[in-house]
Amino acid sequence: MSAPAPRRPALADPIAAKATLMVVAFGFLSLFLLVPLGIVFISAFKGGFSTYLAALTDPDAGAAIRLTLLVTLIAVPLNVVFGLAAAWALTKHDFRGKGLLLAVIDLPFAVSPVISGMLFVLLFGAAGLFGTALADADIKIVFALPGIVMATVFVTFPYVARELLPAMAAKGRDQELAALTLGATGMQTFRKVTLPNVRYALFHGVVLCTARAVGEFGAVSVVSGHIRGETNTIPLHIEILYNEYQFTSAFAVATLLVLVAFVTLIAKKLLLRTESQGATA
Amino acid sequence: MSRSEPAPKRRHYRPIPGFSLSMGVTLFWVGLMVVLPLAALVLMSARLDAATFWATITDDRALAAYGLSFGAAFIAASVNLVLGLVLAWVLVRYRFPGRGVVDALVDLPLALPTAVAGIALTAAFSPKGPLGAFLADLGLKGAYSRLGVVIALVFIGIPFVVRAVQPVLKDLQPELEEAAATLGATRRQTFLRVILPALRPALLTGFALAFARGLGEYGSVVFISGNLPGKTEVVPLLIMTKLEQYEYSQAAALAVVMLVASFLILFALNRLEKQRKKAAPRAVPAGVPA
Amino acid sequence: MLMRSLASTLVALASLGLGACSSKPADGSVSILNVSYDPTRELYDAVNKSFATAWKAKSGKDLEVRQSHGGSGKQARAVLDGLEADVVTLALAYDIDALAEKGLLAKDWAGRLPNRSAPYTSTIVFLVRKGNPKGIKDWPDLIKDGVEVITPNPKTSGGARWNHLAAWGWALRTLGSEDKAREYVAALYQHVPVLDSGARGSTTTFVERQIGDVLLAWENEALLATKNLDKNAFEIVIPSVSILAEPPVAIVDKNVDKHGTREVAQAYLEFLATPEAQEIIATHHFRPRNPEVLAKHAAEFPKVELLEVDKDFGGWAAAHAKHFADGAEFDKIWSKKAETK
Repeated sequence: MSAPAPRRPALADPIAAKATLMVVAFGFLSLFLLVPLGIVFISAFKGGFSTYLAALTDPDAGAAIRLTLLVTLIAVPLNVVFGLAAAWALTKHDFRGKGLLLAVIDLPFAVSPVISGMLFVLLFGAAGLFGTALADADIKIVFALPGIVMATVFVTFPYVARELLPAMAAKGRDQELAALTLGATGMQTFRKVTLPNVRYALFHGVVLCTARAVGEFGAVSVVSGHIRGETNTIPLHIEILYNEYQFTSAFAVATLLVLVAFVTLIAKKLLLRTESQGATA
Repeated sequence: MSRSEPAPKRRHYRPIPGFSLSMGVTLFWVGLMVVLPLAALVLMSARLDAATFWATITDDRALAAYGLSFGAAFIAASVNLVLGLVLAWVLVRYRFPGRGVVDALVDLPLALPTAVAGIALTAAFSPKGPLGAFLADLGLKGAYSRLGVVIALVFIGIPFVVRAVQPVLKDLQPELEEAAATLGATRRQTFLRVILPALRPALLTGFALAFARGLGEYGSVVFISGNLPGKTEVVPLLIMTKLEQYEYSQAAALAVVMLVASFLILFALNRLEKQRKKAAPRAVPAGVPA
Repeated sequence: MLMRSLASTLVALASLGLGACSSKPADGSVSILNVSYDPTRELYDAVNKSFATAWKAKSGKDLEVRQSHGGSGKQARAVLDGLEADVVTLALAYDIDALAEKGLLAKDWAGRLPNRSAPYTSTIVFLVRKGNPKGIKDWPDLIKDGVEVITPNPKTSGGARWNHLAAWGWALRTLGSEDKAREYVAALYQHVPVLDSGARGSTTTFVERQIGDVLLAWENEALLATKNLDKNAFEIVIPSVSILAEPPVAIVDKNVDKHGTREVAQAYLEFLATPEAQEIIATHHFRPRNPEVLAKHAAEFPKVELLEVDKDFGGWAAAHAKHFADGAEFDKIWSKKAETK
C-alpha cells in the first residue's frame, strides 16, 4: 500500500535539498525532543541503577502505576466506541449541522487542562450542580476514581474520532453500499468492510489516546485530591516526588512514560507487519 | 475507487444503516462529556453581572495574558507547521537508520506529563542550562521569558502537524509526481503545485490543533515562563490565580472567553475545509489540485 | 471479535476498579484523611507513624492517617469542593477561614486549640549562596543593584504571602510610611526574575536552576535546603525583622461527623502539642511551641523580632483585601511595573 519511495526516481529529492531537510529535521528534533529527553534520563540515573529501581518499586509508585493503568483502560475503550460511532455517523451519512458537531468534538483540544478538571468539579463537586444530590446518595465522583476517569475521557475525547474521520471519509461509501446490496447486514458491513479499512487509523487513534491518557497532568490534578497511594496517578506521583526534592526518583518514574511512547512504536511495527503480510497473502 | 457520490437530494433516504444508533451514541457521549460540562462552565460565569463579567475579561492583566497566549500559541504553531512538515517529509520519504525511533519520539510530548516536560525544558533552557547558556551568549533569555513560553508550546505541539501530515503524505499517489516530472516540472514546482495543495488540509488541521492545544497549556508553561504578571503570564495561569482566590465565576468568565475563541477558530477551519472541498471535490487523497 | 474482546476487557476492568476502590479499612481499624500543604510531607510522615502507635496503645485500634499534599489554596479548594478531609493542616488561616465561611467547620475554629490552633510556627528568612557573595544582611540589601531575589507568586502561593507581608512590615516599621513601604516592596519585585507558582518551585529555581542571589523562604524550607539538599552550597541569613508564620490546623466538623471520626481527629491534633510530637516538629525544622523543646533546639532557631498578622496587619481577611485581592497592592505594583517596561 505505502509505496517504497526510493525506487521511483521522480520522487527522489536533489541531494542538497535532502541534506538540508535532514539537517533541519534532526536539528529541530534534537533541540526540542532529545535534549529534554536526555535531561530526563540523565537525572533519572544520577543515583545509579539501584536508586532508579527503588523509585519504581516504591509502594506509592506502584499504586500510582496501577491507578493510571486502570484509568487508561477504562477511558480509552470508551473513547474508541465513541470514535467509531462518531466517524460512522459523520462520514457514512449526511445531515445538517455536521460542521457544528465536528467543532464540538474538537473542542476538548482547546480547553485548558486546568479548566477541564474544573468542569467536573463544577458539576459534581460539593458546591456543584449535582453536588447535593450526590452527597445525599453518598456517591463520590470528584476526588475519586470516577472523576479521574471523566477528566481523562474529556482530555482524550477527540483523539480516536479525529484519526478515524479522515480515514473513513477517504474510503467513501461505495464498498459499504456494495456489501449491503449483496445482502450483508449493517453490523456485518461495519465489521467486515468498514473496520478493516480503517484499522490503521483506529490503531493510531488508540495510540495517541493512550499516550495522552497516561500522561495527563493538569486536569487530573484538579479532580484527584492527591491522596497518597490512593488517587495519585503517575504524573501526579512525579510531581509529588519533585516537590519532595526527590528529583532522581521523579525523573526515574518519568522514564516509564517515555517507555509508553516506545511500546506504542513496537506495537505499530507489529501491526504494520501483519498488515503487509495480510496484503501479500 | 474512492469517489463518493454527491449528497443525496432526499434528506430521509439513508442507504447505509446504523445512522440512528451511531448518531445516538455520538450525541449522548458528546452531550455527557462535552456539552454538559461546558454548560456548567457557562452557567458559572453567568453568575457574574454583566459589568463585572466585562471588567474581568477586559482587565489590563487579562488583555496582556490574551496577547501572550494567542501570540505564543500562534508562533509555536507556525514553527510546528514548517518544521513538522519537514519532519513528516523526512520520516515518510527517506530511509535512514533509527527512523523508527524518531517516529516514536514524535509522540513523546503527548505521553510525557506536561509538568515533566516543563521541568526538563526549563533545565535545558535556563541561563545555566546547556541550551540556555548558548542562548545567553546570543543575548537571548530562554527560560523565564516570553521565548520560554514559545519553546514550551513548540514542544507540546510537535505531534499534531507531523501526525496530521504523515498519513496523507504516505497515501499520496506517486504517479502524480511522476506525471509532473514527465511534463517537465522541476522538483520545486512539483512540490509547490502538486504536493503542497494536497497536504494543505492536513497542514491546516495540524496547525489548528497545535494552536488550540497551545492556548490552553498550563503544566509546562508554568515552570518555564517565570509567571511575571503582565509580562510572562498566560491566560491559564491567570485563571489559576482567580481560582486561588476562590473567584470561581471570574475564572469561569476567562475560561469562557478562551473557549469561544478556540471554538470559533476550529469552526472556521472546518468551514474553510468544507468550502475548499466543494471547490475541488476529493482532492485528498488523490492529490489533484484545484 | 474486536467488540467482544473490548466488552470483556471492560467487564474485567470494572471489577478490578471496584476491587481497587473498596480500600475502606476493614474491621475495627480507623482511617482519617489529613489534607495539608506542600512542605509538611516529611513532617506528617513522621507524626502519623508516632500517633498511630500512641492511638493503638490508647484505644487498641489500628489507625491509618492518609495524606494529601499540594498548594495550600488548592488544597482548601479541594476540601471546599468535596474532598472529605477529617483534618486540614494548611499554610494560612485565610484558607481555613474560607472553609469556615462555607460552613464546613465552626467560625471560631482558631480558638478551639491552644496557640490560635497553630502547634508549630516558622518565619521568613533569606537563603543565600555560600559565602554570601552579595553581602546580604537585611531587607535593604535586597534592592541593591545587581541582586536577584527569588520568591513565589503571592497570588498562587501561601508562602509568598508571608514573604510579601514580611517585606512590607519591615518597610512600614523602618521607613515609617505606607508610601515608603509600597515603594520598597515595588523595588523589591523589580529584582524578581521569576515568580514560581509555589514555594517549592521557588526553592528548586534557586537551588537546582541556580537562578538568583537570595531566596525568600520559610525557615523550615531554608533549613531543609542547607541540611538535606546541598550541605555546603547555601547559608541562611536572618533579617532584623521577620514575620511569625503560624500554619494552623483544624478539624473539619462536617466531615468528622459524617465519618464518625471526631474523637480520633481531635486526639490527632492534640497530639501535635505533646512533647513527643513537638520533638518531631523541631527535627523537621518547624519552630516548636513547647518552650523546653524549643530551648533544646535553640541553636537552630535564633531569636528574631517577629511581626504578627493579627497585630500588625489586622488579621488575614484585612491583609488579603489590602495586599492580594484583585486590584490590591500586589496588582498595583505589577501593573505599574508592566507600564514602565
